[in-house]
Order: sequence, then structure tokens, then C-alpha cells
Amino acid sequence: MIASVERHPRSGAIRLRRRNPARRWLNGVLLVLTAMTVWGVATIETGSVPFGEAVVDTFRYLGLMFTQPRPTASHFGVPEGFLNVAGAAGYVLLVTLALSFLTTLLGGVIALALGLFAAQNLTNARVSNAIKGIVAVIRAVPTVLWVLIFAIGAGLGSVAAVIGMSFHTIGYLIKAYSESFEELDDGTIEALRAAGANWFQIVFQAVLPSSITSIVSWTFIRFEINFAVAVAMGAAAGAGGIGFNLFMSAGYFFDIREIGFITYLILFVAMAMESFATRLKARFLEQGS
Amino acid sequence: MNSSSSNVPTLTPTTYFRRQRTLATLIFIVVFALTIGAGALTRFDVVDMFTAIPRVAAWMAENLIPDAKSVSRLPRILDTLWDTVLMSIMASTLSAIAALPFALLGSTTTMIHPWVATAARIVASINRNIPVAAWALIFLLSFGQSQFTGFLALFFASFGFLTRVYMETIDETSSSSVEALRATGANWYHVVSQAVMPASLPQMISWELFVIETNIRSATLVGLLTGSGIGFLFDVYYKSLQYESAAMVVVALVVVVLAIEGISNVVRRRIL
Repeated sequence: MIASVERHPRSGAIRLRRRNPARRWLNGVLLVLTAMTVWGVATIETGSVPFGEAVVDTFRYLGLMFTQPRPTASHFGVPEGFLNVAGAAGYVLLVTLALSFLTTLLGGVIALALGLFAAQNLTNARVSNAIKGIVAVIRAVPTVLWVLIFAIGAGLGSVAAVIGMSFHTIGYLIKAYSESFEELDDGTIEALRAAGANWFQIVFQAVLPSSITSIVSWTFIRFEINFAVAVAMGAAAGAGGIGFNLFMSAGYFFDIREIGFITYLILFVAMAMESFATRLKARFLEQGS
Repeated sequence: MNSSSSNVPTLTPTTYFRRQRTLATLIFIVVFALTIGAGALTRFDVVDMFTAIPRVAAWMAENLIPDAKSVSRLPRILDTLWDTVLMSIMASTLSAIAALPFALLGSTTTMIHPWVATAARIVASINRNIPVAAWALIFLLSFGQSQFTGFLALFFASFGFLTRVYMETIDETSSSSVEALRATGANWYHVVSQAVMPASLPQMISWELFVIETNIRSATLVGLLTGSGIGFLFDVYYKSLQYESAAMVVVALVVVVLAIEGISNVVRRRIL
């Protein structure tokens, strides 16, 4: 097997690793990233707060947050009492979930239609590439800016939030859906076409039925992502829900224990959805099968 | 087997399609009810949605064309954007370095003890399931309005995500070579340095590039919340109704994000 041994030009040592361009690119990337990180560390502004004190404070706050979480009734606008606070917290949590649900639904419906035109086996390359190009530009604008741009036309609130959050949802789902559609065996489409089926019959009788499990799984995975996005939009773009409460307790009330309580709520919902999404992925979206 | 299957009514095409139709109708009704409920809960106005889209489109056509003032602000915008890019790359790289030992301890291929693996996975899970916006608000309390607050938020959220995908990468790419190496008597350090890292590094770098792309977008959100970087600059222009300048920020951001995505794709093709 070993026909010739490659030796180092000067020392004559046997090379244990073959030189290849991939390795050189890899080293180059690592070098650039290291250089930029060092640059970043050297130039980052840490604000007016004394650094050592801030680190100590952070640990103290994190300790308080995670060991003594407690909501403050008046911050939720309800009278004292466990049931009142639990109801109010449940309500804002539901608002965030509802925002993510509406976004996922709106985005999913639009992405389903566009995904059919982005799948290479159902359309021509030009249409597919055009859709993918537009999606790349749309996804380059951060979600929070989409929401704020739409807030100019619709006012801060659920409408701006849902439309703004839909853009990235559509981009993500078009990619996921069209790749699911492309998994369909070319022979099936060819056979249907030979039998005289038109485009709509191919889509509704073959493509959609065979990819429905992937579509549902991907939609749920996006719903999970949208929950975190909706929390962020509540905090940064006036979308309401639990994110807004978190913003208020961190930015106005400086109530560390309440931040802990809200963080636990978010964490609980996010972890439950993640474990379900992981199971969906393993069951229905095993790549390479 | 036979006796039980004889009790089940035979599945004819008619009953099959009827059952499918019933299921489809049921799902439709549930989704419809949830939509109505979610709409009522968030006071979502469908009419408002349809009228908002043309209004925003008209606004965009009118205001998104940069004027002379916004062009003169371009140096400042680009300067802030560069700081934000550096901060995002720094957060992504440092979180990758932090995620690697956790991934090695948490992966089923390279774990040293099941309890340690579970602990590593729990730490990663907590970090990734707290949204980046929540991290930003948590660190805002102690570090105040600064870029460093944004860095910490991106760092912790990326750390959780990268630990998870690195664990998956290690398990996918190196389990067979690890087994082979272990059979020759190699110890843990040999296995990691000679089998796991060479096999997983390209995929890990690919994930790192993905996190950099995501973090530049998230940095805008984090900047809005922590009063720093490009997000804050957008917010300043936006709140003072200088929409042309705000639009200039968006345009600059789009160009930079697309450029970084392009570079990432070239690199990915070369290393994978």
C-alpha cells in the first residue's frame, strides 16, 4: 500500500500527515478567527462600571436569581396572592406562545406555497434560485428590525410582531420544506407525469402526502425557535407577553428575584419544547435515511 | 394473531379515505380554533395586518432611499458595525473554546463518566434554552449599558448551542475510529487528539461559522437591549424619526451579513 514515503525537504523526516488544501484552509480559518478574537478582546468597551465589581455582582445576582425566584404581584398588575400571580404569569406566557403560534402558522402557509417553487424537482432552476436569493436578503435583516419597520405601519403590537417575525420563519421553512420535497424519488414524479398527471396532481397526490411528517416536524421546530424570538420581541419591540415583563423587571424595577422567576418560566417551556422537537427530529427527520 | 385481526374491520379504500378525510378535518378544526384563540389573546387584528403591508411597502419606497445626511453618517455606521462584527466573532470563538471541553465530556463517544456527561448536558441545556434576550437583560444589571454586556449574552447563548452541536458532531463523525483506536490501547487523550478532533474539526468550524452569522444578527437585538453597537445606533435614528439614517443602517447590515455568509459558504466548500 505504501508506495512512497513523503519526506520533509530539509530535515528528511517522514511526513506523518499528507499536505492537503482542506487542512490549509482549516488552519487559515482558525488563524483569522483567533486574530479577530484577540482584536475584539483588546478593543471591546466595557462601559463605566468597574470590571471586578461587576463580575462579583453578576455572581451574586445569578445566585439570587436561581436560588430565590419570586414574582412581585404589583409588577404583574394584580393583587397579592399565589393564584393571582400564577394566573397573570400564565396569561403573559400564553400571549408569547400565541404570538409564536400565529407567526409559525402565517409563515408556514406562505412558506408551503413558496417552498413548492423553491424545490428543484418541482420547478425550474431559475425560479428556485430567484426564491433562494430573495430569502437570503430577507434573512440578512435581523427579526427585531423587521418588527420595528412594521411597527411604523401598524403601530407597536401583535400585528407588527407577527408580520416581522414571519420573515425569518418563511425563510427558514422554505429551505426546510423544499429540501423535504426534494427527497421525493424522481421516479415517482416521472411515473405520474408519464401517466398524464399535471403539476397540481403531482403536488397533492405525491409530494405533499409523502413529505407531510417532515413538514409537521419542521413546523414544530420553528415554533420552538419562534418562542425564543417572541420573548425577545416582547423585550425589545413592544410585542407584549413574558418578554415584556422580563424587560420591565430588569430595566425598570431591578427586581432580581422576579427575573429569576420569569427566567425559570421561559426555561421550563423552552426545555419542554426542545425535548419534544428532539424526539420529532430523531423519529421523522433522520438525515441520510 | 388471527383471532384478534378478524375482529378488526377490513380496511377498504373507501374506509381508508374516509378516515383520512376525518383526520384532516379534525386537524383543521383544531388549528383553526387555536388560531382564533391566539388571535383573541394577542388582540390580533387581521384587517390591520392586510392594511399594514401596503402601508409599510409605501413607507419603505419613500424612506429607504438613503439621502445626503444618511450618506454622511455612513463612516460612523460602518465603524459601529465593525465593532459589532468583532464582538460577534469574539463571542462565537470564545464560546466555541468553552463548548469544546463540555462537548467532549457530554458526548457518548468520549465521556469519562455518565454523571459528568449528564452534568455537562444539563449546563449546556440551561444555557441554550434561556433566550439571548433574557441573557442580555440579566447581564445588563451588573455590567450596565456596554458592549461587554452584549458579548456576555451572545457568549452564553452560543455556548449552550455549540456544546449541543459539537456533541452531535463528535458522535456522528468519530465513533468507529474511536473504537478502532481504543482497541489498540490508546488512552483518552490519544483518542481525542488523534481520532475525535481530526475527524470533527471541519464540521465544528462549519458550525462555528453558522454561529458567527447568527450572532451578527442577534447582536442587533442585544445592542437594542443593552444600548450598544449597531442595534443601539439603529434605535437612536429610529426613535428620533430619522428613518433614512435608520434605513442606511439596515442596508449596511444586509451587505455585511451577506458578505459573511458568502465567505462562510466558500470556506465550508473548502474544508468539508
